[in-house]
Amino acid sequence: MRHDHLLTAKQLSRADIETVLDRAAAFDGDPGSARERHADKLLALCFFEPSTRTKMSFETAMKRLGGDVVDMGPVESSSVKKGESLADTARVVEGYGDGIVLRHPKQGSAKMASEYVDVPVLNAGDGAGHHPSQTLLDLYTIREHAGLDDISIGIMGDLKYGRTVHSLAHALTNFDARQHFVSPESLRLPRSVRYDLHESGAQVREHEDLDAVLPNLDVLYVTRIQRERFPDEEEYEAVAGEYSIDMDTLEAARDDLAVMHPLPRVDEISPAVDDTDAATYFEQAHNGVPVRMALLDLLLNDE
Amino acid sequence: MSDRELRVSKIQSGTVIDHVSAGEALHVLSLLGIDGTKGTTVSLGMNVPSERLGRKDVVKVESRELSDDEAEVLSLIAPEATINIIRDYDVVDKRRVEPPEEVSGVLVCPNRDCITNAGEPVETAFAVLDDGLRCEYCGEIVREDITDHLQD
Repeated sequence: MRHDHLLTAKQLSRADIETVLDRAAAFDGDPGSARERHADKLLALCFFEPSTRTKMSFETAMKRLGGDVVDMGPVESSSVKKGESLADTARVVEGYGDGIVLRHPKQGSAKMASEYVDVPVLNAGDGAGHHPSQTLLDLYTIREHAGLDDISIGIMGDLKYGRTVHSLAHALTNFDARQHFVSPESLRLPRSVRYDLHESGAQVREHEDLDAVLPNLDVLYVTRIQRERFPDEEEYEAVAGEYSIDMDTLEAARDDLAVMHPLPRVDEISPAVDDTDAATYFEQAHNGVPVRMALLDLLLNDE
Repeated sequence: MSDRELRVSKIQSGTVIDHVSAGEALHVLSLLGIDGTKGTTVSLGMNVPSERLGRKDVVKVESRELSDDEAEVLSLIAPEATINIIRDYDVVDKRRVEPPEEVSGVLVCPNRDCITNAGEPVETAFAVLDDGLRCEYCGEIVREDITDHLQD
């Protein structure tokens, strides 16, 4: 993989993705092999928005590579509270870490930060923009369960603001994947993502109803529909109920369907589904560690 | 004598922007930041008959020579335009506008959640597509009313 930074999934070729996933598989199979690989390295964590999985798995990954992390901590106790720009923060933090993991509410923030520093910047979510490291762990999980070619994947929920959706959709254009997007009209994919999918010649269909497409799916990727996207509670409840998964929903699905979710979930997947073979979301979250180990290993080695 | 010379007198020095798409002359002025308040002498011809375009607009700006950057940006709303630089009543340079691959620092991104609208020291940058513009930071696509997004 020849990149200085990881900013969007769009920048990744099929070969890039396979390089990361293969290395992740190697680490997954033999965690001890990574123990001293980055013993002298420090990774800076700059999270301007809350995170559990992404932050903890980057931290775990770095420590499993033998390195350590320095954490900016919550925005409330940082210089950001005093009005410091992201450009300044990035240049300061560059002096502390060998790489910067950045989550920020503004779209394009990681790209901008990358223009100010010489160390690798890893975009860990830029507003409603992109979340490429999540996508790599999603792809790793999909590959384990269904392979990445000749598959049908349903992507459901908040497609408009869901950055994991945008990155996954971009990355899947590298593979022979039929993408079915299922959402209410108001939360369809944004124009910019539809433009890219169209340009790439991807096999894409949009649906408002899961029923028509569910029986054909190898993978169903569910995302959370957020309350604040709707003008009133009643409308939210109606929509959220329609785009959720329970045991009844699964009756129409294939036996080998993998249900995925970037988490956190609220009500969109019933806890009863957790005990079925379809439930893949916790495994998906765990895959964040080997995949981020592989990413860090590649980026911090300048390979 | 050509149509434009019949209708608008020659200028001593400055820029004549010819073959502007009919009806776009006011947008050209807006894009160049000309609103009449700074005393610039400007002559406009709108919907003038044209052999090449059928109808065209012509803009003459006294005492100002358009830069290459300005000419590139102009191509976004007047792709057929020609730029004539005038000194002492003579055309000293004549060129067609060429769409650039990217325009920087000219337009504001309409996406309020874009990092370029967050008070950061970053100049906007848009890739030029066949049918619009695209923010290099957030990916927002602008197709219609490009002049609505000009920086102040």
